[in-house]
Amino acid sequence: MINFMKFKWLYFLLSAIVLVPGIISLLLFGLKPSIDFTGGSLLEYRFDQKVDQSKIESVLKDKKINYSSIQLSGENTYLIRAASLDAQMGTVIKTALEEQLKQTPQEFRFENVGPILGQELLIKTFMAILLAAGFIMSYVGYAFKNLRFGICAILAMFHDSFVMLGIFSLLGHFAGVEVDTLFVTAMMTILSFSVHDTVVVYDRIRESQKKMPGVSLVDLINKAVTETMSRSLNNSLTIIFMLLALFLLGGDTVKWFTFALLIGTISGTYSSTFTAAPLLVIWDIIEKRGKGKG
Amino acid sequence: MQNRKILFWLILFITLISVVIDLPKNLPVKFSVGKIKVDTTISGSNIDFSLGSMQIKRELEIKQGLDLSGGTHLVFQADMNGVAENDRQSAIEAVRNNIERRVNFFGISEPTVQTSKVNNEYRLIVELPGVKDVNQAIDLIGQTAQLMFYEQKEASPAAGFIPTDLTGKDLKSSIVKFDQNSGQPIVGLEFSADGAKKFADITTRNVKKIVAIYLDQAPISMPTVDEAITSGQAVIRGNFTLETAKQLSTLLNAGALPVPIKIIEQRNVGATLGQESVQKSVRAGMVGLLMVAGFMWAYYGKLGFLADLALIIYGLITLALYKLIPVTLTLPGIAGFILSIGMAVDSNILIFERMKEETRAGCHWKRAMELGFGRAWDSIRDANICTLITCFILFNPFNWNFLNVSGMIRGFALTLGLGIFISLFTGIVVTRTLLRVLYHGKEDLK
Repeated sequence: MINFMKFKWLYFLLSAIVLVPGIISLLLFGLKPSIDFTGGSLLEYRFDQKVDQSKIESVLKDKKINYSSIQLSGENTYLIRAASLDAQMGTVIKTALEEQLKQTPQEFRFENVGPILGQELLIKTFMAILLAAGFIMSYVGYAFKNLRFGICAILAMFHDSFVMLGIFSLLGHFAGVEVDTLFVTAMMTILSFSVHDTVVVYDRIRESQKKMPGVSLVDLINKAVTETMSRSLNNSLTIIFMLLALFLLGGDTVKWFTFALLIGTISGTYSSTFTAAPLLVIWDIIEKRGKGKG
Repeated sequence: MQNRKILFWLILFITLISVVIDLPKNLPVKFSVGKIKVDTTISGSNIDFSLGSMQIKRELEIKQGLDLSGGTHLVFQADMNGVAENDRQSAIEAVRNNIERRVNFFGISEPTVQTSKVNNEYRLIVELPGVKDVNQAIDLIGQTAQLMFYEQKEASPAAGFIPTDLTGKDLKSSIVKFDQNSGQPIVGLEFSADGAKKFADITTRNVKKIVAIYLDQAPISMPTVDEAITSGQAVIRGNFTLETAKQLSTLLNAGALPVPIKIIEQRNVGATLGQESVQKSVRAGMVGLLMVAGFMWAYYGKLGFLADLALIIYGLITLALYKLIPVTLTLPGIAGFILSIGMAVDSNILIFERMKEETRAGCHWKRAMELGFGRAWDSIRDANICTLITCFILFNPFNWNFLNVSGMIRGFALTLGLGIFISLFTGIVVTRTLLRVLYHGKEDLK
């Protein structure tokens, strides 16, 4: 048995190194919301031959389109972001491009989201996360007959959420990565994965508690962490294999979705051993101190 | 012992059935792969397919979501200003039915038209796979319903019909009733005071003739007038079933409660983008799968190899279920499936680690195996329930208004959730059975 919990402050420090810049970025820059949240239009065209970006810009300016960015998204493929356009405008742009560039663009995507829907999605996302957290906390609390486990599992879960949010805030500010409905889905998935992993560690604590009633909690936790370490790593590795393959080979549409899942998986694995377990120890210490004084 | 054998054969049987269902109907891939024996390949999968369809009576194909097949996702908002609070629900239903009718008329395969109510806004979500001319489709759907009553031009109905001054504005509502004598379903009409007068005039001059009802310039009913109706209350009799009577009634209501709708969201995905994404995801999935399988084999040896077998069975069963249920596969859905492969081996890893521990503690491997399965169960259960809770919220099966109902997210939740159930089966039942039956040789060696 290795005394993992001896270094608990080191683990918190490591978490802080990742969390603090992310949270500062969140406060300073926030996230870069996609049209799912803000409303607006997204147009993607593929051309047969190489096209100069400035030509597309001039076509858009000519048609008085209020665009915010033009971006190369694939081979001869351009992604245009603009304020909300109606379907007729989409056709107008396509015809104008056709005339100016002397080739027929292939319309990959045309998305237009009204601003009301964006607002709603924000509220719905918040509700979903709140519900998931509430349910999971109650279940873990019930399954382990102690709300302390539930609360610590949720704290570890929030640790992972903020790691993801922070990194995507930085990515948004420095690399223009947007946060969309899929990111929300990734976050929800990681919420459950994080708890999934934590539960495995807690389960060993619960089991040892029954078998060895006299042993101190710190020792029980050390024992549990030692026992679950290789499982935890192996399981995360298999998931990381799949996600890495998907991130590198899966194409642009799900690229950042898988990246979010990847970060979450790594953070989730780390937090179940190095956040959720030490939190239990800290809780125990605070409780004992309180009793000592009282 | 006998039970284990039975279970082993049962697993083999389920796997075979899954393979049969998984076989593609007639994929062009089959052509290029088996160029030398084109005939045998095709007929083989054909027989398998007809077998499948005989049992289940459904086309066994993986349904592709809009983001894969290409198509248009439209959201319309209804303007309910002119409709009384109580009538709004039935008004939106009427709009929905009417749009469904128009879309079908337009010749789009498998459209979906859903209603949703958010706060006090009524919305229609229309999904049209494979549509080429989106603007035409939007124009068609966006029209406000127009109900008109027509009368015969001449004595014979063959000469055609001409419009009267009676329109949907004069119709208050329509409900399904039952004939007091025969008990058959009939469709009741109630006109406004103004409409009652107009209707009285029309029926008086058209006794024993047809008064046709047109919705959006297409006839929906052609009843013959038995006698002049002056009360403003009419019924249409015919060989209605309850279903057809309801259909006609909602179409009439679509005209009686005209609701203007305007588009608030539109998403078109070209078919090329979808197909490219599918190819890429499939390739990524294969690479990932090989890595996972290789890892399991390298780390756990023979045990890992059996886990890989279970993993392949997992893949086969999952695909078969996608076809049977059927699951509409979206891009995030594929990602969910790929993620679930990574998670599927989790129960195996938990169990194998447990077995190692018990062996280290001095247990005979056979007992260690049974203990491993037994002890790992608690954590497998609790951990998976947490993931299922999240799937449930993401899928939002009861269409709760305060949660999202996006098709993409649902696809992800469904594949992930299904994956958990199937992986519990393959990770525990299948692996254990394979171990018990196929792991015999090692005991003899020991």
